Amino acid sequence: MRRGFHENRIQNIRKHGLLLVMILPGIIYLFINNYLPMFGIVIAFKDINFAKGIWGSDWVGFDNFAYLFQTQDAWVITRNTLLYNGAFIVLGTVLSIAVAVLLNEVKKRFASRLYQSIILLPYLISMVIVAYLVLALLNEENGFVNHYVLPLLGIDPVSWYADSGKWPFILSVVYLWKNVGYTCIVYLASIVGISQEYYESATLDGASKWRQVWSITLPLLKPTMVIMVLLAVGRIFNSDFGLFYQVPLNSGALQTTTDVIDTYVYRGLMTFGDFGMSSAAGLYQSIVGFLLVLTTNAIVRRKNRDLALF
Amino acid sequence: MYSNRIYQMAVHLVLIMMGIAAVFPFVLLLSASLTEEQAIIRDGYRLLPAQFSFDAYVYLFNQYSLILRSYGITTFITVVGTIFGLLITTLVAYPLSRNVLPFRSFLSFFVFFTLLFNGGLVPMYLVYTDLFHLKDTIWSLIIPNLLTNGFYILLMRSFFSTSIPGEVVESAYVDGANEWVIYCKIVLPLALPSLATIGLMLMISYWNDWFNGLIFINDGSLYSIQNLLNRMLSDVQYLQQNSLSGQTAVVSSVPLGSVRMAIAVIGVLPLIAAYPFFQKFFVKGLTIGAVKG
Repeated sequence: MRRGFHENRIQNIRKHGLLLVMILPGIIYLFINNYLPMFGIVIAFKDINFAKGIWGSDWVGFDNFAYLFQTQDAWVITRNTLLYNGAFIVLGTVLSIAVAVLLNEVKKRFASRLYQSIILLPYLISMVIVAYLVLALLNEENGFVNHYVLPLLGIDPVSWYADSGKWPFILSVVYLWKNVGYTCIVYLASIVGISQEYYESATLDGASKWRQVWSITLPLLKPTMVIMVLLAVGRIFNSDFGLFYQVPLNSGALQTTTDVIDTYVYRGLMTFGDFGMSSAAGLYQSIVGFLLVLTTNAIVRRKNRDLALF
Repeated sequence: MYSNRIYQMAVHLVLIMMGIAAVFPFVLLLSASLTEEQAIIRDGYRLLPAQFSFDAYVYLFNQYSLILRSYGITTFITVVGTIFGLLITTLVAYPLSRNVLPFRSFLSFFVFFTLLFNGGLVPMYLVYTDLFHLKDTIWSLIIPNLLTNGFYILLMRSFFSTSIPGEVVESAYVDGANEWVIYCKIVLPLALPSLATIGLMLMISYWNDWFNGLIFINDGSLYSIQNLLNRMLSDVQYLQQNSLSGQTAVVSSVPLGSVRMAIAVIGVLPLIAAYPFFQKFFVKGLTIGAVKG
């Protein structure tokens, strides 16, 4: 039995070995790009001294983690990461579904396409450009908001880039501006898939538009919504680095409300060269992220097997 | 009937307002790049230039070597990255879609585990700088992004296994075609729509990439457009100090504010110009990709 299995396998490799040759470059790439760095997590447990090299540096156990969690930093970046991403998930879902429902009401195909294209435009732009756009709006001396909008409302100019309290609001608006075009198309695709018969019979029964949205569209949209939200929750420990680094112009004055784990790790590495603390924070992020993905995948699989990642 | 008209009008009104909100900042940017420098300082950023001027673009035109080189870098990494990214993605996805692939379950796990866990930024940075010495080379702008998104492999694999009939592959095999021939002559041609979609996503992410430049590139001559913009955002004088013609006399008259905005305009222009042509593919790709990714 066992021998037969092996012979089959050898035969199979002879017959389809070319497939292994094809996949080899990708496997080597993933090994270098993804697996080698996984060994690098030992850095989080070492006192890195480049004279001694990474492997030769002294082990310090959990000291890097101890320092990280003793400071205020760990609490601030965890809080910011979770609150921002939580807010993005809630606001993003509500707004995307609302826009998708509206887009679905547009009967002319051309008009619907046009709206979709325009709302999707910000999604294509790099965060550096977004930072320029925000600067043109919020610059203290000559920004559009301070120069034209606030005087109209009779409000004094605001130093946007010096007031950390305003940034949860600003970053949420920027996030929605950039991403709603993308997510609403996903929801629109599943609304379009809903059978027209439901709406026809509801209209015959005299249901209002509002009633139809509430009793047909939203319930039938629920599976997509659940999956989208769960997938986002699985990644809640990872932030859009560009949004939090570029848009506040990497300003130290704003860090209490704009610093997330990703920006903290970046700063530790590039600005302070504190490899130990920075990789401790990175490892904390990877492990919690990993557990979150596993948990959400298990939930997704219970809801709908086909949609689970594995 | 009457209330239906009002309803439709309300729907359009809301969507038009959203459209304006989406486009408005771009108009501000374009307008600023076409405004006379003093007018920006005096009147701030406006929707329409208070004092129309091409100075910023004339200045950029005179500094063409710096801008042109960044453009060249961006174009090079976009073209090379997209081609190799597509090649390596399909070369992983196709074997995984065949159930005769030896060690299939191990290889699948090897690929998909990368979606779940990573070593983090610091080890990744050290692998590329310390082990492979790619810092300040153009390859550091291309290689780290080739397979960044494992979801593209997932997408491609399920496309191959669902929309390329097993019988076609099987009969080609019986006719004596080997896996290479099947891959090149049958699989890739049939997969053109999804190749286009994923190619587009790769193209956009290479065109927009500034992160790899930020961590790996210190040498200004290797700046892509996005890195040049990023640098000018933190250091307004950067362009002035690095202008190759070295006309120190005119430095004071350099329209810094509008030049920054003009480079930003140049940075987004190719994407926006090409957008109407690939919009259809792009939307299709989003809807396929979204459910799984």
